[in-house]
Amino acid sequence: MSTPSAGPRPSVFKRILPQLVILAVALALNVVVFPDFFHIDFRNGRLFGNLIDVLNRGAPVALLCIGMTLVIATKGIDLSVGAVMAIAGAVAASMVVEGHGWGTALLAAMAAGGLCGLWNGFLVAVLRIQPIVATLVLMVAGRGIAQLVTEGKILTFDNAGLIHLGAGTVAGVPTPILIWIALGALVTFVVRRTALGMLIEAIGINERSSRLAGINSRVLLVCVYLVSGLCAALAGVIVAADIKGADANNAGLWLELDAILAVVIGGNSLLGGRFSIVASLIGALIIQSVNSVILLSGLPPEFNLVIKALLILGILVIQSPRIGNYVYMLRASDIQPQPDRPKPIDHQEKEAAR
Amino acid sequence: MKDVPTPDRPVLHARGISKFFPGTIALDDVSVRLMPGEVHALLGENGAGKSTLIKCLTGAYRRDAGVMELDGQEVDPASTAESQRLGIGTVYQEVNLLPNLTVAENLFLGRQPTRGRFIARRRMNAMAREVLESYGLDIDPAEPLSGYSVAIQQVIAIARAVDMSGKVLILDEPTASLDHDEVQLLFRVIRQLKARGLAVVFITHFLDQVFDISDRATVLRNGQVVGECLLNEVTQHDVVTMMLGRQLEARVQNRDTGRAGKTLVEISDLGKRGMIDPFSLTIHEGEVVGLAGLLGSGRTETANLIFGVVPADQGKITLRGKAIDITNPRDAVAHRFALCPEDRKVDGIVGDLSVRDNIILALQARQGWMRPIPRAKVEEIAQSYVRALDIRLASLDMPIRLLSGGNQQKALLARWLATNPDFLILDEPTRGIDVGAHAEIIALIEQLRADGMALLVASSELEELVAYSTRVIVLRDRQQVRELTGDDISPATIIDVIATEEAAR
Repeated sequence: MSTPSAGPRPSVFKRILPQLVILAVALALNVVVFPDFFHIDFRNGRLFGNLIDVLNRGAPVALLCIGMTLVIATKGIDLSVGAVMAIAGAVAASMVVEGHGWGTALLAAMAAGGLCGLWNGFLVAVLRIQPIVATLVLMVAGRGIAQLVTEGKILTFDNAGLIHLGAGTVAGVPTPILIWIALGALVTFVVRRTALGMLIEAIGINERSSRLAGINSRVLLVCVYLVSGLCAALAGVIVAADIKGADANNAGLWLELDAILAVVIGGNSLLGGRFSIVASLIGALIIQSVNSVILLSGLPPEFNLVIKALLILGILVIQSPRIGNYVYMLRASDIQPQPDRPKPIDHQEKEAAR
Repeated sequence: MKDVPTPDRPVLHARGISKFFPGTIALDDVSVRLMPGEVHALLGENGAGKSTLIKCLTGAYRRDAGVMELDGQEVDPASTAESQRLGIGTVYQEVNLLPNLTVAENLFLGRQPTRGRFIARRRMNAMAREVLESYGLDIDPAEPLSGYSVAIQQVIAIARAVDMSGKVLILDEPTASLDHDEVQLLFRVIRQLKARGLAVVFITHFLDQVFDISDRATVLRNGQVVGECLLNEVTQHDVVTMMLGRQLEARVQNRDTGRAGKTLVEISDLGKRGMIDPFSLTIHEGEVVGLAGLLGSGRTETANLIFGVVPADQGKITLRGKAIDITNPRDAVAHRFALCPEDRKVDGIVGDLSVRDNIILALQARQGWMRPIPRAKVEEIAQSYVRALDIRLASLDMPIRLLSGGNQQKALLARWLATNPDFLILDEPTRGIDVGAHAEIIALIEQLRADGMALLVASSELEELVAYSTRVIVLRDRQQVRELTGDDISPATIIDVIATEEAAR
């Protein structure tokens, strides 16, 4: 009996290829409506250009989808991230308004986001409430909490350090871009260089089996919601810093849906299991590129949402299992199965081997 | 049945069926003839191509080559619905009915008798009662399906399939979760259908049942037909030889090593109210303790309680003389316990993860996420168990759900053996797997015992249990009723104990 070939592990590139193709198409569309799309200037110590804008404006959804990917991998969902953004923004703003430094404000905002994540994790992992319902609680209540923090007003601030997080640059690159790339890389590294990724996938695919294999599913579940809360808090701080104010009503509004969409465009199943954070991040960029096409095309803004919906629908259709199967069949019909023909098992040989 | 087909012409004749999957040939030029009024057994080890063949015949898969003739007409069902319309009905092991609907609704779902725009419920119930009576079932069709046993549900699924299709009935492991009497009930129904001229395809791992009910058999091996035979002309031994392509080794039964090693685990008065009565059990190194009993006697509950799947509410466990606390499987794994669960699909495999990840899962969980097992080490462990247990797969990267049942079971054994357990609990280790894998797993149990591991094995297959156990504990009604040792261990004694206790009540 021959031993199975070790074979190369499925490559990361192959996994994210569809997302890269879609991103290329979306960027090409940008060039069609705006030929100078890829032009990048360096003025006043800062990079300018439409591509930079896509990377910069895409930061909140990119940050959200890092945590969301992990949550969805466990068969969960986190609807509260938009509201958590509002809470974190409000906390950061009120801290600097009260005279604290930007570092303290950032820490306090992250702590608030972390608490929100723990709360969601508690509801899902300990009380076993369905994730969609459990996180709906905070989605609804979160904006109320944010309003309590800001006392119902839009809290504006002029703390340079905090503003830098949303509107500043480091070596010419807008800070938000650096933040989401760094966090994405960090989380991917932690998840894939430890066994965390595999254990999270195992829980998402079959929690009962995972528990029986000795995996501490409760702690892992709380962790993914915690990470999601922290990502949302960071996104909230960036958005508040960008507009130099905390708007409890509108900060992060509907962004949870964009984040979920980014994860789905990234080819991650809502049924949990195998996931790729990189693919989700590309998904976030695809969404932002689509937004950019609409803006640059100069169409009246009332078309925006409809066109966006159509483009997204197209992307999802291309990725649907039906179409995927069809493509697979087309390819498979070219393959001659003969060379791979499995050798009939020779039982004499096996006996002899014993 | 309107026109009765002539006995010599097959109802369904499939010729030269081939099916390719990337990298493998699942079916290679397979032909079957289904005769009217015959039960045709489809035999073969797991992975021989039985299910693929069925899926091609029922239109669940498109075949890549071959011709299907139904009553002499060439047909090409593109979906299971179409093949149902053509006359080919299928009933699977896991009954695919809706437990929350009534029996009648299940029978007539999608084709309910109507009055105007509404469902004529009373008429439907009456029709259902009539259909069921023809199968000798006197049950209330207005009751929800979930109120009836799996056997009755099987018969209802069969009734639905026959009612809708009526030429060919395919039964895919219908008896896997039935007890003896229920099997007889099912067989009565099958004989009736046979008399009505239906062609029945019967797939099972139980050879006794094959010889009990079937007239003809087609044997598959590695995607090819090894032969077709009339079962009254061959012996079980012939069939097994055909399936395996070798002589099945005579089972060695050695229980001379009655002298077990040191005491490993001592369980005293462990119990949980409503689940199992408190029991005590001492297990030594190098012995296999068998758990015998009827379905529902508490075998699985015993295993789950020891492993902490369900925390006990009384009693204690000591390991090498030290009291330990097991409140969840993680604790058990930490103390080098291992449990291969009864329900492979639900409690065992993590379907979408690769075979490699599945094998490494428990070891990795015990190490914690911070300390990933290095890739080279993972590869080494996975490869060595694939070789040692003869797990047949195309690649370690393939999702485990694509493996056949026997190979899944071996991969799960590999998962636990990789943790190097001191105490291994096996719950129905050979259920639903083919003869070859069966023999290998039994040999493995023997070997592990000889290597000094302590094993607790729950099984409903008495012959098998008797072969490898050094002691047998008989359970009844969630109670331990007797411990058998030495020469007392035989299927007959076990049945005696269960029956006597029954009478004593």
